[in-house]
Amino acid sequence: MITFIPRDKVSKNWIIIAPILSIVFTIFFGLLIFTFLGYNPLETLYQIFVSPFSRIDRISDILVKACPLIIIGTGLMLCFKSNVWNIGAEGQFIMGALLAGFIALSFPNIETKFFLLITILAGFVGGALWAFIPAILKTKLNVNEILVSLMLVYVAMLFIDFIVRGPLRDPMSFGFPLSKPYPEGALINKIPFPGIGFLGQLHYGILFVFLLVPISWIFVNKTLGGFKINVLGSAPQAAKFAGFKQNSITITVLLLSGGLAGVAGVIEVSANIGQLQPEVSFGYGFTAIIVAFLGRLSPVGILFAGIIIATVKLGADNAQMTMGIPKVVTGLFEGILLFFLLTGETLQKYKIKWSEGK
Amino acid sequence: MEALILTIIATSIPLLLAATGELLAEKSGILNLGVEGMMLSGAVGALGAVLWLENPYYGIIAGALSGVLMASIFSVFTINFMTNQVATGLGLTIFATGLTGLAGAPLVGKTIPSLPKIEIFLLSDIPLIGSILFKQDFVAYLSIAIIIFISFFLKYSKSGIILRAVGDDHQSAHSVGYPVKKIRWYATCFGGMCAGIGGAYIPLVLTPHWSEGMTAGRGWIALALVVFASWIPWRIIVGALIFGGITIAQLVGQARGWPIPSQLLSMMPYIATIIALTMISGRLSKNNSVVPSSLGKPFFGSQ
Repeated sequence: MITFIPRDKVSKNWIIIAPILSIVFTIFFGLLIFTFLGYNPLETLYQIFVSPFSRIDRISDILVKACPLIIIGTGLMLCFKSNVWNIGAEGQFIMGALLAGFIALSFPNIETKFFLLITILAGFVGGALWAFIPAILKTKLNVNEILVSLMLVYVAMLFIDFIVRGPLRDPMSFGFPLSKPYPEGALINKIPFPGIGFLGQLHYGILFVFLLVPISWIFVNKTLGGFKINVLGSAPQAAKFAGFKQNSITITVLLLSGGLAGVAGVIEVSANIGQLQPEVSFGYGFTAIIVAFLGRLSPVGILFAGIIIATVKLGADNAQMTMGIPKVVTGLFEGILLFFLLTGETLQKYKIKWSEGK
Repeated sequence: MEALILTIIATSIPLLLAATGELLAEKSGILNLGVEGMMLSGAVGALGAVLWLENPYYGIIAGALSGVLMASIFSVFTINFMTNQVATGLGLTIFATGLTGLAGAPLVGKTIPSLPKIEIFLLSDIPLIGSILFKQDFVAYLSIAIIIFISFFLKYSKSGIILRAVGDDHQSAHSVGYPVKKIRWYATCFGGMCAGIGGAYIPLVLTPHWSEGMTAGRGWIALALVVFASWIPWRIIVGALIFGGITIAQLVGQARGWPIPSQLLSMMPYIATIIALTMISGRLSKNNSVVPSSLGKPFFGSQ
C-alpha cells in the first residue's frame, strides 16, 4: 500500500528530476506499446529520437518546428499558471494566420519587410479576438472556458476552409483550395549563412523566439503582473484577499495566449507556406499544451521543451516515411509524457511511503 | 420523415451514452476530459473486434472494455497519484488519439456489418411510433435502460446517495468512513464503459469503417451536454436529441443544396454547444447547488 505524506516544502530536486524521469518512463512505455503492436522497438527508437539529429539541416528543422510550439506554449504558460484552461490555441493560431493573411493579400504589391510588423500585429489581434470569446463568456457568465475554447477550434478549422475555398481562393490555382501567394513584404525569409547557404528551412521567425523567451521570463519573474498570475494560480484565496481582480487577470492571460498563438500562426504561414491553405496548423496548438507542461510552466523550460517535442515530431515524420507508422503516434508519447509529468508534480509536494498491507 | 427521425436518434445515441457515463463520474467528483479519447478507443476496439470475430455484438463488448481500460489509466493517475484532472483528461484524449491512430492504421479501408435492429413483439407494429421506438438496435435500448437506471440509482439507492456525497464533499464523506477513492474508481470506469460503447456505436451503426479521429468532437459535446443537463440524467436525452437534430439538419441542408456554404453549416453543432453552455451557465451560477462541489478537486486523504 502506498501512502503520500506532504513534504514541508516543495522539493527542489524533483523540479529537475521529474521531467527527466518522465521522459525516460515515456520512452520505456512507448516502446512497450510499439512492441506489443508489432513494430521493431529499436528502429522506432532510432527514427523518432536519433534520426532528427543525424544531419545539420535536420537539426535546424527541429528549430523551425519548435518555433510555433515555443511561442504558443509561452502564452499557454500564462493561462495554466493562473488556472485558466485555454485548450483552443489551435483555433487562435488559425484565426491569427487568417487575419494576417487577409491583410497580406489586400496589399499584393508591397515589398518592404516592415509590412511584417503589421501582419504580425494582425495575427496577434486575430488570435486574441478568438480567445476573447471564451474570456468574456467565462468572466461575465461563468461559462466553462475549456469547452468553449475547444469548440472554437472546430469552428476556426471550418472557417478557414470556407475562406480558402471561397472568398480568398486564387482563381489561378487550378481548382486547388489555395489563396494567392503572399506579397514579398509579407514573407519571412530563410536565414542565409555565409559560406554554407541555407540551413534546412531555418528562417528569421526564430528571432521572435529569442525575443519572446527573455521578455516572458522578465514578465513572469520581475513584474507585478507576473506576480499576480503566480499568486492567483498557486493560492487563489491569497489573491482574493490581496484584492487582485481575478476576472481581469483571466481576460488578460487569455488575450495574451490567444495573441501569441496568432503570432505563431503568422510566422508559420509567412515562413513555411507563403499563402493560405485549408490546413495551416498541424496540431501545434494542442502539442503546445504538452510543451507548456514539460517546460514546468517556465519560459526557459518551455524553450527546451519545445525543442524536445519538435524532435519527436520530426522523428515521427521520419518513422512514417521509413516504417509506415502513422504520424499521429506522437500523441501516444505526448499523452504518456503528460501523465508522468503530472505525477512528478504530485511527488514534488508529497513523499511516497510504502507500508505493509492495507 | 420517419427515416429522418431514425437518423436523428442514431446520431444522438453516442452522445447520450458518453454524457450519461460522464454525468455519473462527475457526480462522484471526477471531471474526466478524456471522453473524446475513450470514445475513440471504443470505436477502434469495436472495429477490431468485429473484423476479427465477425459478430457486431462483440463490438459492443470490445468498445466497453476499451473505454474501461482508458478510464482506468485516468483513474490511476488522478485518483491514486492525485494529478490535476483537467490536464490528465487532456492527456488521455491526446494519448488515445495517438494510440487509436496506430491501432487503427491496419483497419483502414475495411468495412464492418452493422448492428441488427431488434423488433419488439407486437409493439413494433404500432404505426409510426412502433418503428421509431420499438425497432431499434440493442445499444439504443441499452442506452435508455442505462439512463433510467442512473436516474433511480442516484436518487433512490443508498450507493447512489453515497456517491453523490463523495462528489459534494469528499472530506466529510471520508471522515464518515466512505471509501472515496474506490467509489470514484468505479464511477470513472462506468463513465469509461459508457463512453466506450458510445464510441463503438459510431462504426457499428453510423459509419462502418475506421478513419483517424472519427469521433469528430462528440466526446467534447458530451461533456457540454452534462452541463446543459445540469447534472440531471433525463435531460441528457433532450440535449442529445437536440444535438442529433442539429447535426442531421446541417447534413440535410448540405444534401438539399441550401444556399449556405457547407462549412458554415458544419459549424452548427459546435456553435450550438457554445450557445447552449452560455444559456445554461448563466442560470447555473445563480443556483450553485446542482454542481457537485468537489468536482475536479483532488482528494488527498489516505484511505
